Amino acid sequence: MITKATVIAVIKDIAARIDQDWQYLTDLDQAIGDGDHGINLHRGFTTVLQKLPEDKDIGTILKTVGMTLVSTVGGASGPIYGTAFMKMGMKLAGKEEMTREELLAALDEAVAGIKQRGHAVRGEKTILDALEPAIEALKATGSWDEAVKAAEEGVEYTKTIIATKGRASYLGERSIGHQDPGATSVTLMIKACAAAAK
Amino acid sequence: MKKLINNPEHVVDEMLNGIVKAHPEYVKRLPGLDVLVRANKGDKVALVSGGGSGHEPSHGGLVGTGMLDGAVAGAVFTSPTPDQIFEAIKAVDAGKGVLLVIKNYTGDVMNFEMAADMAEAEGIKVDKVVVNDDVAVKDSTWTVGRRGVAGTVLVHKIAGAYAEMGADLAEVKRIAEKVIANVRTMGMAIQPCTVPAAGKPGFELKEDEMEMGIGIHGEPGTYRAPLKTANEIADEMLEKILADREFKEVAVLVNGFGGTPVMELYIVNNHVNDVLTQKGIKVYKTIVGNFMTSIEMQGCSITLLELDDELKKGLDAKADTIAFRC
Repeated sequence: MITKATVIAVIKDIAARIDQDWQYLTDLDQAIGDGDHGINLHRGFTTVLQKLPEDKDIGTILKTVGMTLVSTVGGASGPIYGTAFMKMGMKLAGKEEMTREELLAALDEAVAGIKQRGHAVRGEKTILDALEPAIEALKATGSWDEAVKAAEEGVEYTKTIIATKGRASYLGERSIGHQDPGATSVTLMIKACAAAAK
Repeated sequence: MKKLINNPEHVVDEMLNGIVKAHPEYVKRLPGLDVLVRANKGDKVALVSGGGSGHEPSHGGLVGTGMLDGAVAGAVFTSPTPDQIFEAIKAVDAGKGVLLVIKNYTGDVMNFEMAADMAEAEGIKVDKVVVNDDVAVKDSTWTVGRRGVAGTVLVHKIAGAYAEMGADLAEVKRIAEKVIANVRTMGMAIQPCTVPAAGKPGFELKEDEMEMGIGIHGEPGTYRAPLKTANEIADEMLEKILADREFKEVAVLVNGFGGTPVMELYIVNNHVNDVLTQKGIKVYKTIVGNFMTSIEMQGCSITLLELDDELKKGLDAKADTIAFRC
């Protein structure tokens, strides 16, 4: 079983990793976007830490994370990450602990939410190019380390393709060679999950 | 990069307070929110726009009689959040509905759509238009479409005029969509801008380079080339606009990006007017100035709006806002 304490630890670790790497994420975004991805996520997760309802159930915790991100991050990342966490929260409502299968079902909900909100599919140089392969690897192998590997390969893959969603899509072929900031930030989050699984 | 600020995290808050202190007869700030609304609420269809900050005087400076009823300010170059937009909608709604004027950027569209869902859930009539006037960007099914840039100001002006005249929500939306269908913009920059919290320029240009087709967030344009004269640059921008559709009688907006002297904007307009006249395109009205800026970016955009009697009437109607009066 995956406990509430683990979920809280992962969220705090995500915030710490973004605190560490927000400048790097912003640099990536300056190359192909508008240069605010790290700044915005940093503002969002700093507020998440202040609002984390640690005495509540996993569903409420994740929904609160999502709503906080929606109301503090802005840009496209706010609705996208916010929707992902809110969808997971709804799927895990009332739970103090969850099985691996319940977590995987919640992650599927998160991906469905991102696709719906962003009208995006894999291969468009977005967060999905890291997140979906990671979840697939996790399902196939049961290993978070394999999920991290798949996400990192997904980030590398985003260097080879043209962006067709978000602000980077305006660059057309000039977006080739640059890795997607959203795929990079979601990989940070998957790494936090892998660290907690150890 | 030097900036006249106190703290990068406080720029939006301090700016909004500064605007209200300067112009209390035009706008007030919703308490605890980054939203400016008309000081004198109208009994009419309301228009709400907004986006990232850094485009001043858009959008707060365009709140007032005959234009916007509410403007939502996000962090610099970052779309505002749905809760803030929702509060703006609630504050300006006079029971006759609210039209959201959204610039076509992924984040703006998502956040405004989420806010519209929230407002509809509360029983407020909301509709939206998405401005996509930038001809620099390919409009194909493989991109998110053209960006919304300076042409948005003309949407505010003309749709706002009809709302002021008492048109209902469907009619105001129809007018706004007509403006959007007939407006085209192309921009370029010769110096980049710096988001305060980032602390360094969003892109870099060599001393003799320009970026053609730049967006209003300093996002890279269509290509980079050696700097040319103002007339040659204006020729190139007009060529791109005129290739996109036919124009017969137009309103011209020469818009500065914040760092370009007004002198240079008029130099550009001098040539724009000559070229249009030579091509037999009648210039009905010309607007020159900084309306949709990109912090301190140097450069400008040229906007052409094809007019008919209905659009002329909206363009000529009275507007009284901080930054746009006629």
